[in-house]
Amino acid sequence: METPEPIVNFHSVTKRYGSGPVVLDNIDLTVCRGDFVTFIGPSGCGKSTVLKLVSGLSPWTTGSVSVLGAVPRAARDRQAFIFQDATLLPWLTTQKNAELALRLRRMPAAERTAKAREMLALVGLDRVREYYPRQLSGGMKMRVSIARALTLAPQLLLLDEPFGALDEMTRNHLNEELLALRAQSPFTAMFVTHSVAEAVFLSNRIVVMAAGPGRFHAEVAVDFGYPRRSVLRERPEFQTKVNEVSRLLHQVEEVPA
Amino acid sequence: MRLWLLPVASGALFIALWYGVRVYSGLQSWILPTPLEIMEAAWRERTRLLMAAGNTALGALAGFLLAGSLGFLTSLLLGASQSLRASLYPWLLVLQMTPVIVLTPIIVLWAGPGLPGIITVTWLISYFPIVANMTQGLLSTDLNLVALFRMGNASRLQEILLLRVPSAMPYYLAGLRIAATLAPIGAIFGEYMVGNSAGGTGGLGFLVYSYNTQIKIPALFATALTSCLLGFIFVAAVALLNWAVLHKWHDSFERHDH
Ligand SMILES: Nc1ncnc2c1ncn2[C@@H]1O[C@H](COP(=O)(O)OP(=O)(O)OP(=O)(O)O)[C@@H](O)[C@H]1O
Ligand SMILES: [Mg+2]
Repeated sequence: METPEPIVNFHSVTKRYGSGPVVLDNIDLTVCRGDFVTFIGPSGCGKSTVLKLVSGLSPWTTGSVSVLGAVPRAARDRQAFIFQDATLLPWLTTQKNAELALRLRRMPAAERTAKAREMLALVGLDRVREYYPRQLSGGMKMRVSIARALTLAPQLLLLDEPFGALDEMTRNHLNEELLALRAQSPFTAMFVTHSVAEAVFLSNRIVVMAAGPGRFHAEVAVDFGYPRRSVLRERPEFQTKVNEVSRLLHQVEEVPA
Repeated sequence: MRLWLLPVASGALFIALWYGVRVYSGLQSWILPTPLEIMEAAWRERTRLLMAAGNTALGALAGFLLAGSLGFLTSLLLGASQSLRASLYPWLLVLQMTPVIVLTPIIVLWAGPGLPGIITVTWLISYFPIVANMTQGLLSTDLNLVALFRMGNASRLQEILLLRVPSAMPYYLAGLRIAATLAPIGAIFGEYMVGNSAGGTGGLGFLVYSYNTQIKIPALFATALTSCLLGFIFVAAVALLNWAVLHKWHDSFERHDH
């Protein structure tokens, strides 16, 4: 087996916002092509900040960050970000929203229409292409957001609690869909969640973070392999993994910040 | 009970009250004409009223359109440049608080009598609410959406045209709605101030002036009624525009299932 290619590298990274307190303290991280890395930890421990550094939405303070062999901002054209709320433009239809990322890249209209149609079909939204966001359910909005990100065929996908606002059944569905989509158009994922079960179901690596200042507490490998089906959630080894990660989370949550 | 019955009922009650006051107070017709006397006056003076309303509508519309387009462009500039905004926006807010009506004689003096003066007054009075609202809208863009555009490597122009302007539309339209109520008032007041020099074909403001000097009080009331109708047309037109732009996507047009 060939050695996996590292595509995200954090080397002794420290982050503070302006002159504020240290938010991330001395972080080292390597994400390889094909990884699905999930960050989990108490609120305020800097999970979103990690993704903001990778995307170049916010600068790091000391250390070095490289993404796809470049500085984060220069790698933006090969990554996509899925935010906690679906960030759809309310005045655009589902179809036009799905086209937006391509439109910003000035792809010709006919081409991007076709591309967005294809992605909407993949997430099962071909019947609501002319709906406006306010006519969609929370889960449907998130699907549009995923479709929009995937039109770019990103090598790296950043997801910040994308399913946090959804009920458990919808969330499980979307987890399975996300893995199915990844099987079709492979992307490396950096994912943030508060749900241990979600983390275990999706990832091959789970990074447990601690707060005050934000740092990496432990890393757990999840070697169930892919593809994964919903029945995985009923297996004892799945439950064992969930327990292991939960225990690590309790450790960091009991420590007073 | 149907909801539309309520304003009809309150309106009828108001007219009955009006007659009651007139009958029991012993006030004379030239102090408080009855609604019927006002309608009669309106009918008698219909040609003059219609002509005047047409003239006023012209001035109000020109001033309003000028304010709408210049207000839009000004806000774009203010929204795009932080230093420009910092240096101008506070003054715009101060100017908005200045009652333009107080400045009317000066404006008429500078812009000249007749239509130019009237349009200038109308423009000034409708301009500031539009700029204040629209600029506020351009600055209130959802930060998550801004981050989305940053992630997509959007150019400054794309961010303004595809994100900031559309998300400011509800604010712009709210500004237009205020402007629509102000524009006819501005035009009428402008005419009132320049009425003397505007000749025989003045607008409603000139009619107010001339009926007042002739003590034609019912006709004065009829002029008020006409102004009211003109204002209503302006507001209704903007409400229609508001509907056309927003009803498909904006939450304010969310249909409720009863
Ligand atoms: N724009 C900002 N300016 C200043 N401080 C910030 C900013 N964004 C985040 N922080 C601070 O950085 C720390 C980490 O924030 P971050 O959003 O990364 O946490 P998180 O782990 O994603 O939390 P949550 O689980 O609640 O989303 C917090 O203490 C927060 O107050
Ligand atoms: Mg967060």
